[in-house]
Amino acid sequence: MCLAIPGRIVELEGNRAIVDFGGVRQEVDVSLLEDVKEGDWVIVHTGFAIQKLSEEEARASLEVWEEVLKHVEEELEHGEEGDG
Amino acid sequence: MARREMVKRLVRRVHREAERVGHEVSIMHVCGSHERTIVEHGLRSLLPEGVRLVCGPGCPVCVTTAGELSAAIEAAEDGMVVCAFGDVYRVPTPRGSLSSCEGDVRVVQSARQAERVAESEDRDVLYLAVGFETTAPTTAAVLLDDPPSNLYVLSAHRLIPPVMEWLLERGECRIDAFICPGHVSTIIGERPYEPIAERTPCVIAGFEPEDVLIAVLAALKMIRRGRTGLVNEYTRAVRPEGNRTARELMERAFEPEDRPWRGFPTIPGSALALREEVADHDAREAGIEPDFSVGAHEGCICDRILRGLASPEDCPLFGRKCTPTNPVGPCMVSEEGPCFIRYRFGGGT
Ligand code: SF4
Repeated sequence: MCLAIPGRIVELEGNRAIVDFGGVRQEVDVSLLEDVKEGDWVIVHTGFAIQKLSEEEARASLEVWEEVLKHVEEELEHGEEGDG
Repeated sequence: MARREMVKRLVRRVHREAERVGHEVSIMHVCGSHERTIVEHGLRSLLPEGVRLVCGPGCPVCVTTAGELSAAIEAAEDGMVVCAFGDVYRVPTPRGSLSSCEGDVRVVQSARQAERVAESEDRDVLYLAVGFETTAPTTAAVLLDDPPSNLYVLSAHRLIPPVMEWLLERGECRIDAFICPGHVSTIIGERPYEPIAERTPCVIAGFEPEDVLIAVLAALKMIRRGRTGLVNEYTRAVRPEGNRTARELMERAFEPEDRPWRGFPTIPGSALALREEVADHDAREAGIEPDFSVGAHEGCICDRILRGLASPEDCPLFGRKCTPTNPVGPCMVSEEGPCFIRYRFGGGT
């Protein structure tokens, strides 16, 4: 039940959206998010969208991983300084 | 291809870092989806021998007590319509399961569907609400959205940071670092982990194999430097403040409560109970009170697995008497259960 997956909003009416998960469409409640619109990528968990993603992030391409690594390394370095 | 290169590169770096650490380390994750990524991609076999990825209490269906399940079964037998997630539906208890009981039990995929069942029914409807901070806001959204008066919620919602603290405090399982659950973090953000991260390295991670490897690498680096603190690897979905709307709904509808988990004694502030504002929909109003003394099945070691003290292969019933078609314990039923994942997706320990 807890598996959450990214999909794209293809229809939106009030808090009800139709989200496309690579061809499979499902009705999703978007009341936990602010300012969603058609075309947005969202992470869906038990029928509710819980967070927005950029399209690039949703695809998790190589560039995304390079970015993530860089960010993590920066955070670690930053912490190092903080530790003195 | 590019992805495989990335994974290889990360694995090489993890090996190098583990050598520098120079001693064995245990990294615990507390999320069924992480366990699935780890097993599906055989990540344990890619890691150095001295680096153990331990599966903790990250399956919400598994940690729901037999007492809560039995209370729902009893409600169904007493004539309420019971709505539950598919995973919950099949979990066996000493009283049978929701799937085998005499009563009207409906499998739902979301709290909204339970609400719709209540709208279409004259009878009282009980929604057995299971899940961590990722699911609790969905129940809250329904509770605060003027649901039909015949909808009752049995909240089995539980919170992740209190159980992480319990595990650290108790110290029965070695934990050198935590991988924090990505989707729970999407909702709660970074702050609730602070007391834990003060004592042990914590890395919030996503669910691709790359995510988990980067988290392991970051954890190893922190361990080598003797550092604690929190690193957020999953910034693509986890903002420092989490999902404010979801958090506010959750806080309005629920208050923390002390409660036992399957395999754990009472953990302070680890569960969510309905607040006064939505008390009309509290299952307790309909006289439903779980009896937490209801035991588990003999021979099933789910309790030890959930505390990180054993793995599915240590269970003599695993794959023999206990399979997904004939599950003995919840860890073999839920898609997020460690036994189910190990059985279905293979992989070693
Ligand atoms: S294999 Fe079955 S009986 Fe053994 S711990 Fe897992 S769920 Fe319980």
